This record gives sequence, structure tokens and C-alpha cells, in this order.
Amino acid sequence: MTITTGANEIDRRLLMDRSMAGRKAFTVPISDVPDQDLPNDELLRDDLELPEVSQLEVIRYFSVLSQRNFSIDTNFYPLGSCTMKYNPKINDELASLPGLADIHPLQPDETVQGALRLLKDLQDCLGEITALPGVSLAPLAGAQGEYAGLLVARAYHDSRGDSARTVAIVPDSAHGTNPASAAMAGLDVVTVRSNEHGNIDVQNLRELANENTAVFMLTIPSTLGLFEPNILEITKIIHDAGGLVYADGANLNALLGLVKLGDLGVDICHSNLHKTFSTPHGGGGPGSGPVMVAEELSEFLPKPVAELTDDGYVLATPKNSIGSINGFHGSFSIAARAYAYIKALGIEGLQSVSENAIIGANYIQAKLKDKYNLAADRYCMHETVLSATRQKKRGVGGLDIAKRLLDFGIHAPTMYFPLIVDEALMIEPTESESKETLDHFIAVMRQIDDEIDSSPELIHEAPHDLPVTRLDEATAARKPILRWSADE
Amino acid sequence: MASYLNTSANHPYIPSTDSERAEMLGVIGVDSLDDLLGDIPLEHRHPALNLAHGLSEQELSTLFGSIAAQNASPSNRYLSFLGAGAYQHYIPSTVRSILQRGEFVTAYTPYQPEAAQGTLQVGFEFQTVICQLTGMEVANAGMYDGPTAFAEACLMAARVTRRTKVGVLTSADRRLSETFFAYSKHQGIQLVEIAPDANDIPDDIACIGIQSPNFFGGIEDVERLTKLAHENGALSVVHVNPTSLGMFKAPGEYDVDIVTAEGQPFGVPMAFGGPYVGLFACKKAHIRQMPGRIIGRTTDTNGRTGYALTLQTREQHIRRERATSNICTSTQLIGLMVTVYAATLGKQGIKEVAGLCYQKAHYAASKIDKLDGYSVKSNGTFFHEFVVKCPTSPASINSALLDQKIIGGLDISDRSDNGMLVCVTETSSKDDIDRFVSALSQIVAAL
Repeated sequence: MTITTGANEIDRRLLMDRSMAGRKAFTVPISDVPDQDLPNDELLRDDLELPEVSQLEVIRYFSVLSQRNFSIDTNFYPLGSCTMKYNPKINDELASLPGLADIHPLQPDETVQGALRLLKDLQDCLGEITALPGVSLAPLAGAQGEYAGLLVARAYHDSRGDSARTVAIVPDSAHGTNPASAAMAGLDVVTVRSNEHGNIDVQNLRELANENTAVFMLTIPSTLGLFEPNILEITKIIHDAGGLVYADGANLNALLGLVKLGDLGVDICHSNLHKTFSTPHGGGGPGSGPVMVAEELSEFLPKPVAELTDDGYVLATPKNSIGSINGFHGSFSIAARAYAYIKALGIEGLQSVSENAIIGANYIQAKLKDKYNLAADRYCMHETVLSATRQKKRGVGGLDIAKRLLDFGIHAPTMYFPLIVDEALMIEPTESESKETLDHFIAVMRQIDDEIDSSPELIHEAPHDLPVTRLDEATAARKPILRWSADE
Repeated sequence: MASYLNTSANHPYIPSTDSERAEMLGVIGVDSLDDLLGDIPLEHRHPALNLAHGLSEQELSTLFGSIAAQNASPSNRYLSFLGAGAYQHYIPSTVRSILQRGEFVTAYTPYQPEAAQGTLQVGFEFQTVICQLTGMEVANAGMYDGPTAFAEACLMAARVTRRTKVGVLTSADRRLSETFFAYSKHQGIQLVEIAPDANDIPDDIACIGIQSPNFFGGIEDVERLTKLAHENGALSVVHVNPTSLGMFKAPGEYDVDIVTAEGQPFGVPMAFGGPYVGLFACKKAHIRQMPGRIIGRTTDTNGRTGYALTLQTREQHIRRERATSNICTSTQLIGLMVTVYAATLGKQGIKEVAGLCYQKAHYAASKIDKLDGYSVKSNGTFFHEFVVKCPTSPASINSALLDQKIIGGLDISDRSDNGMLVCVTETSSKDDIDRFVSALSQIVAAL
């Protein structure tokens, strides 16, 4: 048999296919205690089917797999709303230090004063950045921060005997977690329209806000990358109706040191530490989604909250806390990374982050708007949303453009979101990228537009040089194969 | 004059220089950044920010060194006998090494499968490992942590059975029921407590939620409770410790419907409580009610095997307020650690670690039970953990232990009279255990 080369010959065997009885990658120590009686046989397991591979095989298998990924460390990743910025290596190193990585969550407060000091200091930093001083770091991701924020809003209304407030108003441009979290919190979701400029339709909001409004969920800047110019009027409408304003902080990277959410009338927000504060996305988590609230709402925060008392730092439960929303105190080692990031940037650095993120997005927008339609033709914040409708008329949709970008080693933008924009391509370059990288991206986007007329098949069949071409996702969903099995 | 000191305002995380910024602003067609901020109310623009100035990497390392030194941990020679949901286990070098791969660490959720086959194939391996460990048919790619996985499993049982009450055994960790309460309180779903030895249960509950090993380390009669649930049209939801599955029968052998677990014991640092990963597996029949991401195998346009996120119509980005869960960013990287741990220890290693934990915990229990004033309350089979009835308040004993650089077991006097929940894993040597036992003995002698 001839051995061939090329992408087709990647060794696609799974761990179980590589398993050989008797091989091992690890030696478990021999017991140093006297033999203890085992439980009844009927409780014990006969067989455990797991791979048997050598240590080198483990390292090589996973190392080779890692090379089949795009990542920040290897690729430009202009994925809108995801803030794929540089994840500083020192942060991983510091979070893994002995004394941080090996402490147990239930240790007495007096034995974890360093950890509690870190949490308290990070709470204070986030409170200062948002002007929302009540902070809980407990939520494990953005969606949990959102949910915790909604529980706080409900607890606040209930505490005032105002329990008929069961409606969450959500813009039509909102991320899917907003309505999903609102439904979990038992709120009915009512949608407010965006107008032709990409702003909230204030008249529509006025009609919807009433004595049933528990909360208005606003992403700011919006998923269109726009700062809501009527923000002060909007927060006033909601407050006059007796509701609270919740800000989805997914796009906080645009606002550091430029404006504070609390100053605008926002009552509650969350921040994704894995976006704005540079903690790695990990291929889909772990994240961390601290929730920040105005002073008068802080008694409802999820527990625990780090506090400084006369006896040192403690983990405390706020007076009327909504309780625990997960096992322990949140993603501590993610919090440690975010803290290191804030400390490394400091006051000037944080402001510089947002300034450069905004300039980069507007630069891309300015250089592409003759070729691609804009979702809104005005200055954007940290991201710009293109609409590939002109390209679609020529036979190439947003999906095709996204896939073709992969051929150039550039990760695709966020596609088909927000839902209110046809053929949306949401581009967020972040402050981490140099002008040369932005210029290269712009040149590639312009070339792809040319290719629609010169060589459309190149785009339709893209990507060409990755470990796989386009996948049959319909069959994957119709006949799900979700694990290795011996009979295949 | 030449300066040999740092005078540049540029930051290593931000590459653009002043001249590049000016050039880009020129292309945009504005004079300054402020021209781009016109939508932000002027009176709130550029607020004072009361934060410190930035630190160099060297200064940052010094700061973190001092923070870490303020904590008591194995690295500064403390012994610990805490468990109760987070466990100290040895983490193999392979796990730490693979975790250095920036291609895994700094990738996004695999929405573009062609550019994420690494992450996706690892997720498929993870799902395989979880199915093999639990004996279940299907697993998802991970939840936030054990308690949120359990809470979502109970909500899923309510959807499957269309019932509005959820039963949880009284022997379960209260962190499980507290998290469930936070997840369910506005959905009209009520929590019902069930005794582990109950012979009948309400006929309108969606599930019996069983933790086994339970909070106190004891093995529950999962087989009997699962039958009881099924006789009443309810599901059986079992929350396990993955290490225990190296030794004890898998829930799948007992016809359990949903299995959840805290994945932390499999290669994940305790890290003061997170991030961890929730394990979630169920019967194939219920797959469309499962929360979280699921990775499936398929083929590309050339017929080659590939992997992609699948069954996404359950999820929030498609289904919005009618999704099975609001979960979005989850814990893929922690799932990688669990997968590398399972691959490294393998078929034999997982059994041996479980065996070692069992041996050491039972050795410690037998020694403590012989001490004057102390008695081990756990009867029957236990794993990892057991309850010690102390001669005085566990708080005062723990305080005395701390003087000897020993972090004692968890004070559970709120659940068991003068009770201390002691955990012993393979990381404690016989000498460590003997030192702990002798310290307990000295403390009672000094009373």
C-alpha cells in the first residue's frame, strides 16, 4: 500500500481507536496504608471502558489537535461582540501560582486573606469603572451574571411589595441570552423596536413602559456597535415607570474611562471578564460574569461578597441576598487574571484600551464602506456591523464571505447577528491589533468582494486549506453521533 | 539627552503608536477621538477614574507573590482535610502541559467548525469519557459546575415529565438545593425533601435528586430509589463524584435517567472554588431537552470526518426565551483538562486512584474512631469523606489544628451534632494522616 501525503491523510483516530490493552501514561502510587475492607461486590464496578495509551501519545494527540484551531495566539480574530483581545501570558502564570491555585474554597477566612483581598480589590475596581459600587463576582459567565441581575431586580421590586412587575423589555437587537435569562427569571419578554438609525425607538419604548415593567435590558454599546444617543431619556422613561435599567456589559470594552454606566442611569449591569478584561475564552469558557449594582440594590446581590472588616477580609452574605447561584464563590482564577489585567493597565491603560478599540473599528468601517453596506452609516464604537446585501445580490452571502476569510488565516466575523440586519457581518478588531493587521484584513475583504465577480467558486467552496471543508451540519443534527462507540 | 529609563506612555498590550492613531483618525475623517464619541452625553464623558497607575510585569509578579503568600495551602506546608464538593487530587504533568497550548486556551466557542476542529474533537472525546464513566448514552460538552448541572438536570426532569415539583434527598449537599432554588424560584417549581430511606414518594414529583456519594460521603441505594422514582412516573437524577466511578457501579447500570457531577476532581485545581466544569449525561430519549452545548460527528463536502456543534435549536442563540437554558459561554477548557486527565490515568489509573482514596479515607476513619472522645458517625460504605463526632465544637478543634498547620475537616455542626466532615484523598500520605490523628488526640487531651 502506498502512503500518501496531504490533508486527507491526517490521522483522525480517536483515543479509543489508539488504545492498546496494558499501555499506560501514568503510575499511581502504591498504597502506604494497611489494607482496608472493600465494600460488597454488588456495589463495585466490573468494567471501566477508558483509553489505554502511552504518555507520549497523550501529549502528541492533544498537541496535534490544538494545531487544528484558530486562536488569538495564532490568528486575527475579529469576532464581533466577543472582544477577542490579547490574553496576557503573565495572567495565566499568576493565576496558577501556588497559594492561589491550590486553596480550597471552604478554608477559613483567616487562611485565605490574600485571596479575599484580591476579590475585594477587584470588586472595587469594577465598581469604580461602572459607577455601580455593589459588586458580586459569583456569576460564572455572562448569562449567569445577567440572570443574577434579573433576580436582584425582582427581589428589589418584591421587597417594596411591587410584585406585579413581571415584564422584561428587550430590544430586537439583543443577544439571545437576554430573553432566555428573562424567561428563567419568570419574566414575560416584550420586544422594543430599533429605528432606522439603529437606536431604540423611544416612542415605542414609551408605549411599552408601564406599571408591569420590571426591567429594561439594554446592551450598550448596542450589538450594532452604536452608543445609544438617547440613553438619558431612555433611563428616565424606565425609572418614571418604576422599572430598573439593566445594562448588558458584553460591549464594555468600548467604555473604559470614557463613560460610566451608573452615571447614565443604569441600575444593574454585568461584565464578561473573558471579553473586556482579557481572560482567555478557552474555546467556549470558562468565563466570569460579575454583576454590578447601584448602592441601594447591593443588599440583594448573590452571595458571597468579599468585605473588609476590623478582623480582616471576610466572605459575607448580603442582607437580603438572592442566595447562591452556583457551588462556591465564582471563577476565582478568572477573577485573578482580570485583576492582573486591570493592575497592569491602570487608569491610563484602561482608557487607552477603549480609545484604540474605537479607532480601529472606525478605521475598518471607513475603509470598507464603499464596498460593503453598513448596518448604520455613522461612527461606530468598538465594532462595526456590515451588511453583505450588495454581495448577496451578486450570489455570495455573509456565510460565504466568512468562510473565505478562513482561507486567509483570519477568523470569521460574527455572522447573521444582530438578527435585525440582513447578511450581517459584525467586526470587532479590538485594541490588541496593529494597523498592519487591520490593513491586511481590509485588503482581504476588498479582494473577496472582487472575487465574487472573478472567481465565485473560490468563495462558494471555501475554506480550502483547513483540516475539513464545509461540514454537513444538517445530517449531524438529524442523526446525532455524539460519542465514540466500538461498533463503528 | 539619551534616557536609559522608561519614559514611553505606550503599553505592551496596545500596539498603535501616536502617529498611526493620527493617520487612522485622518482616514476616518475626524480630528480627534472625541469626534467619534458624539453620542455619549457630554456631561458624562471622560469621568474621573479613581484607579492606580499601571504596573510593569515585574511589579505585577511581586504583587501577586505577596497575595499568594497570604494564603495557607499545601505549598506552604499546610495539610488539609477539606472536601465537601472540591477535592485535592494530584494533577498529572500532561494536564498542565496541554493547558499551555495557546491554540486551545485563546480560541473562541467553535461556531466556525472548520477553524475549530481541535476544540470540537476534544469536546467529542470529553462527551465519550463522560458516557463511559457514567454508563450513560449521551453527554453534553459541559456546564458551569456541579451544582448548576444538578439544578439544570432537575429543571430538565420537570420539562420531561411536565411536573412542577422536584424531590431532593435530605442527604444531599445543601449547595445543590440552594443552587436549584436560585434557578427555579421564578418558574413555579417547588422543592420537596425526601428521606433517603423513604418507601413512598409523592406521585406528582418530576424526579428524585440523589447525591451519591452523598454530602456525608455515604453511598446511596441508587437502584432502589431509581425504581421508586420510575414506579411513580418520575425520573431519577443522580449527582456523583467522578472519582468514585473508578470503583463503584456506574449510574447507567441502575437505569438512572440523568447523571450530573462536579468535574473538578478530574485534573482541575481547587483554585478557591473555580472555574470548574459540570458534567451532564442522560438517556438518549431525552436529548432534545438537554441544556448546554453538544458536539456531533459528521462529514465534510469531501466525505472526511469532522465535528460540529449540533442540536443547536435547543439553545438561546436560536430559541431565545424558549431555549432549554440560558447558558452560552460554558467551560470548554476545563472539559479539556478533564479529558486529558482521563486519557492520562486511563482505564487502570482511574480505578487505582479511586482505590487509593477509599483505602486512605477508611484508614483515617478507623484511626480516628479509636481516639478517646471521637467517633466516626458514617456507617456503611463511604467514599472520600466521613463524619466525625467531635468531643467539643468542631470550630474550636479546627482552630487548635490550625496552630499546627492543619486545616481540619468542614464544621457541619449545623447538620450533625459536633460533626466534622473529614475528607482524605490519595494526596495524603500515611504520615500526613497519622499527624492529623495525633493532633486530634492531643487536642482532646488538652481539654
